[in-house]
Amino acid sequence: MSMFHFLMVGMGGFFGAICRLWVSQVINKRIVSRFPAATLVINLSGSLLLGIMVGSGIEGSLFMLIGTGFMGAFTTFSTFNLEAIQLHMDKRKKELILYNVLSYGGGILLALLGIELGKLFG
Amino acid sequence: MDKLRKKGGIGVVYLLVGAAGFLGASLRYSIGIFLFHESAVFPFATLTVNLLGSFLLAWLMTGLLVRFSLPAHLKTALGTGFVGSFTTFSTLSVETVTLFLDGKTALAVLYVAASIFGGLWMSRLGFRVTKGEEAE
Repeated sequence: MSMFHFLMVGMGGFFGAICRLWVSQVINKRIVSRFPAATLVINLSGSLLLGIMVGSGIEGSLFMLIGTGFMGAFTTFSTFNLEAIQLHMDKRKKELILYNVLSYGGGILLALLGIELGKLFG
Repeated sequence: MDKLRKKGGIGVVYLLVGAAGFLGASLRYSIGIFLFHESAVFPFATLTVNLLGSFLLAWLMTGLLVRFSLPAHLKTALGTGFVGSFTTFSTLSVETVTLFLDGKTALAVLYVAASIFGGLWMSRLGFRVTKGEEAE
């Protein structure tokens, strides 16, 4: 592993984490709901954008910065599951299933769409 | 004055979350490089960090960070910043699609199933560890 790649991923992670905090604050201010819409929007848009990058063949240190670093840190799996298990413990089964179906189903479809779109650009 | 202080406070949170995001993302990258082969047929690296992070976040947010009186922005930095950036969803989506496109449908299904059930189970485990600590 080169130190340069390590720094690229870290720098991307710095801005990715800040953007996630900012976007979730903006969405939570506008949508007052018990459904975790902010994380869903973040994870779905991040899946599409990472797909576009992979499809367009971006590699090396640029991919480390905006792919592995930024998009990797912008999207999150741990918060998604924490919110999901809270829905489960609140006995809101329908919302728990909806949250999982939308996250995985939407994430995979958007990543596929992104890869195909990226191939057009690449 | 209050407004100024509030603005300053928000700036500090962003900076701390960013710094924690730097560490979380580069730790995710390091684990992928050092513990796993890039040529592996199954995305073990992402699955490992995602499951580990799901446990860690649930345990931190319900247990450790509740019991220790840390300033709110430090808790946000640890949870949202560090663990949030250590785990990832976009890579999971893209890796699943890549497996599908490579014709490895069974592995893709296995990967999604392991993420769904593993992630929920690890989060729940984090909560349970907290409950166990409270019972002591």
